[in-house]
Amino acid sequence: MGDSATFEFVVGHANYWLFSVLMMTGLYVVVARGNLVKKIVGLNMFQTSVFMLYISMGRVDGGTAPIFPVDMEIDPAVIYSNPLPHVLILTAIVVGIATTALGLSLIIRIREEFGTIEEDDILVAERILAAEDDKAHGEAMGGRT
Amino acid sequence: MRHHLILRVVTKLLVGCIILFAFYVQFHGDFSPGGGFQAGVIMAVAFILYGIVFGLRKVQAVFPPWVVHKMVALGVLIYAGTGVVSLFLGYGFLDYGAFAPHHPSHGQHYGILAVEFGVGVTVTGVMVAIYYAFAARPARLSDEEW
Amino acid sequence: MLVVTALAIVRLRNLFAVAMLSGVFSLLSALLFVAMDAVDVAFTEAAVGAGISTVLVLGTLALTSRVEKPASHSPLLPLFVVFVTGAVLIYGTLDMPNFGSADAPAMTHVAPDYLKRTPEEIDVPNVVTAILASYRGYDTMGETAVVFTAGIGVLLLMSGLRRRREDDDDDDDDADADAQGAEEEGGVY
Repeated sequence: MGDSATFEFVVGHANYWLFSVLMMTGLYVVVARGNLVKKIVGLNMFQTSVFMLYISMGRVDGGTAPIFPVDMEIDPAVIYSNPLPHVLILTAIVVGIATTALGLSLIIRIREEFGTIEEDDILVAERILAAEDDKAHGEAMGGRT
Repeated sequence: MRHHLILRVVTKLLVGCIILFAFYVQFHGDFSPGGGFQAGVIMAVAFILYGIVFGLRKVQAVFPPWVVHKMVALGVLIYAGTGVVSLFLGYGFLDYGAFAPHHPSHGQHYGILAVEFGVGVTVTGVMVAIYYAFAARPARLSDEEW
Repeated sequence: MLVVTALAIVRLRNLFAVAMLSGVFSLLSALLFVAMDAVDVAFTEAAVGAGISTVLVLGTLALTSRVEKPASHSPLLPLFVVFVTGAVLIYGTLDMPNFGSADAPAMTHVAPDYLKRTPEEIDVPNVVTAILASYRGYDTMGETAVVFTAGIGVLLLMSGLRRRREDDDDDDDDADADAQGAEEEGGVY
């Protein structure tokens, strides 16, 4: 493989690598951070990088946005980008915000029940609750705990 | 935000423009970027801005929650209803040729308008409903803590 | 720019700043969408990501707390997972066609067909709208239904519960509504 071919390969794939890096940043936030709001933000970053990956696949060199002139006199020499990924992602963004809102409202309910939005504290609180339940159950069954 | 005079005046000017722009995006969506999803979001932003600046009670006087909740369902009904109407006219589900049998591309125009309108109504309803649900909770942080 | 913003989101512990930076992230990605010819998508991303989503995150912060606690675990295991996944993803991209190539598989099947048929059959200048509402009308109906379901889920989770709990301290009521909310959530995915 010659130098110019390698250069072309790197330039042609740099976009995918950029999106992979962004995606992994989002994944890291989701996995490593305990705060639930931060997890949602990380999830949004992950989502946006997937959107960018799709849109970049629909791009054509020298192309333009897939909107014809208003008088519909189409110049066959003009190249249009692929409209299909645009459609898919357009709807996905709005669905994404709706599901994000659902996640945030779950967080608010969790905060009301547990008084915290840190994952570790929630686990501790749940363990305490489970232990209390066990104890109450054991006493009801005759004192064996 | 009772004391922010500039915010209140600018908001009053902006809300009308935002709603007008939302309608433009909604009904001009076949010719330029835009459509039901974007128009719904922009329309919701107008009400959310009004709610943030003037308070939840004022915006709910303009746009009561029961209307919002009806809109959430109405949009999906309009969308599905378009399909059912085309079914009854003897075409396939969501086949817009049904609306102008002698001029199929005009039928497509009508169908796309109806469907986009449905999408816009649902998205507006859902976004405003979500905002109402979030804003109706008593805040834990006071304004100074920000 | 995007990567810098993303890294700042990882590092910062002040959630208010994180919310603002996620708005910045959305706006930058909208710019990127414009550069890649996807004007409709950029429009949506700017309105949704930088507008509504920031408002919602801020609303959540007002109801919860503003500062994140320092992480208690070591970041090594997540880092390892992330690097391995990233390496696999990048290995996967080596087979992808070059950015902007016109003979990529994504360009050769239905896309030229849509571009050719839209002027004849639908006669609408914006091809994205034509595909969205007509060729893929079923898809869009499903998406609308998903938005609807998510909205209902939020309403079930957030509205009315507090008032009812103050009326009587019965926990059953609460649990019932929670179960309904969980059902709705199941429907979304």
